[in-house]
Amino acid sequence: MKMKDKDLSLKFYEEMQRLRLFELKASELFTQAMLSGNIHTYTGQEAVAVGACNAIKESDFIVSTHRGHGHCLAKGCKSDRMMAELFGKATGYCKGKGGSMHIADLELGILGANGIVGAGISIGTGSALASKIQNKAEVTLAFFGDGASNEGSFHESINMASAWNLPIVYLCENNKYGVSVCIDRICNVTDIAERAKAYDIPGVVVDGNDVYAVYKAVLEAAKHAREGNGPTLIEAKTYRYHGHYEGDPQMYKPKEEMEKWLNLDAIKKLKKDILDNNLASEKELDSIDQQVKDEIESAVEFAKESPYPDVDSVTDDVYAMDNERGVVR
Amino acid sequence: MRKITYGQAIKEAMHEEMIRDSSVFVLGEDMGIMGSVFGLTKGFLEEFGPLRVLDTPISENGFMGMSVGAAMRGLRPIVELMYVDFAPICLDPIVNQAAKMRYMTGGQISIPMVIRAPGGSGRRNAGQHSQSLEALFTHFPGLKVVAPGTPYDAKGLLKSAIRDDDPVVFIEHKILYASKGEVPEEEYLIPLGKADIKRSGSDVTIIAYSRQTLFAMQAAEELEKQGISAEVLDLRSLVPLDWETIEKSIKKTHRVVLVQEGVQRGGYTGEIASQITDELFDYLDAPIKRVAGLNVVPPFSPALEDHTYPNPQDIIAKVKEIVSK
Repeated sequence: MKMKDKDLSLKFYEEMQRLRLFELKASELFTQAMLSGNIHTYTGQEAVAVGACNAIKESDFIVSTHRGHGHCLAKGCKSDRMMAELFGKATGYCKGKGGSMHIADLELGILGANGIVGAGISIGTGSALASKIQNKAEVTLAFFGDGASNEGSFHESINMASAWNLPIVYLCENNKYGVSVCIDRICNVTDIAERAKAYDIPGVVVDGNDVYAVYKAVLEAAKHAREGNGPTLIEAKTYRYHGHYEGDPQMYKPKEEMEKWLNLDAIKKLKKDILDNNLASEKELDSIDQQVKDEIESAVEFAKESPYPDVDSVTDDVYAMDNERGVVR
Repeated sequence: MRKITYGQAIKEAMHEEMIRDSSVFVLGEDMGIMGSVFGLTKGFLEEFGPLRVLDTPISENGFMGMSVGAAMRGLRPIVELMYVDFAPICLDPIVNQAAKMRYMTGGQISIPMVIRAPGGSGRRNAGQHSQSLEALFTHFPGLKVVAPGTPYDAKGLLKSAIRDDDPVVFIEHKILYASKGEVPEEEYLIPLGKADIKRSGSDVTIIAYSRQTLFAMQAAEELEKQGISAEVLDLRSLVPLDWETIEKSIKKTHRVVLVQEGVQRGGYTGEIASQITDELFDYLDAPIKRVAGLNVVPPFSPALEDHTYPNPQDIIAKVKEIVSK
């Protein structure tokens, strides 16, 4: 398989820049008090979402996490409607009712980001069960963090998916920290992928800052799942640049550790790879940067200009049927 | 008309809906080979196969979350919790996921699932297998809550719950599984959110649901002998609440006694009492009264358990506090 071809590499590059610049902009807007609530940025982890989502089909499904902007953008969400949701505007993916942690789009196969750590794992497993019951070929890709791998939902879901050969890929993004707690302090295995052994499924460790490596691993795992061989647990080792939420000064992280990971930056690595292999010129990459920057600026403009949801909509969509009575009493 | 048990009525409802709609499937502990601990899915595995009748591991949080995911994909899971007391093990998928998904995604995602859960005291199952937890679920916008007391209601309501596009918590009273009642052979549905006047009366309205509806009926019969005409209003659904029927009945009788089996503190009848005070105070000729379980843990000993939840005599006594004839 020739992966480092021009088209795919530039696609990776553009998407990773989109994820990075979207988050840097969100962070900036939060600092300016333009955004409220909780913003969990994905900066540093771009290679995971982009590599993984490119390895599955449009018709496949993902479940995401509280740190989900990257996953949603990589699965096809538009930056303008994403930004509008962060602003709480009516034009956002969830009409302003979900916000940063709850972006979903059924048509894109995004079964939702999720504010509860580990919840998406069992929802994703249920989606895989649905594929199996309906005899459909779609695979579900479940994103979650190192922290979620200590939740019961992780173990219960993987146990059932392995017992029943469900078409799912479990992708653990190990960014080392659950809010402030380093995974080394609370977990007795060095590699979370080791836990695959407990369920007799393949466990794979990849460099989460190498988009090609993530792409390749998910491609194989998705094929494995689609052919009826059941789940794979992939652990992508990566690093979270920002605090758990915007405004978290992350005093708990050693300075040297941060410096080490900044040197391993996924976008820098990909850029060097593209240039070293003469897949594109610096100028071409600069032009992609500019194009993505412009897109994010327009997304912010779109979000700012969009209307807030009508106050009357506050009681809409609690129920699909008999909503009014369900809300009144 | 033929008479069948409450358990048989529930089984028939699931069976008919599984035949009618291939997206309906059942899952939970011991649902397959054993046919569920209360025998409600006996024969289903042979008839519908292992992909529509799933014997899950003892992983309530996992399989409840999976039901939410399968519902998002358009299936209609009927998930059984062996006892409603196990709901606290898997509250997140019920109250943070199923209940909220539609609203939080701006109306994009429906969760058409039914959570069937036996509740209630009287079987000497002690503190962790005897509770009535319906009030807990009524607290979460996005959930519908149903608690039938008769075979007829159980069947018609469960069929509607399965066809409903919202998550429905369907509370069955385990003491009632063997109780019999008239259920027609032909198909029928009972809409969610519709109460039923089980007995017409003029002196007082007794509002109840689930097993307490039967106790209210017994109480009403005894009261009749004593010259008191009690109307028995069976809520059947707690959410949505059939306010129109409540309002109409109270405007007729001017007195109300609310009955629930579960512990009094935080009970759903307290919520209804509050709404009656707010909106129907001028129609009341007496204070609103409640009959409810003691604020204790369900005890094991038969000598104790029967004193923790209301019986017909308790209802009669409470009625007599506000009706004198």
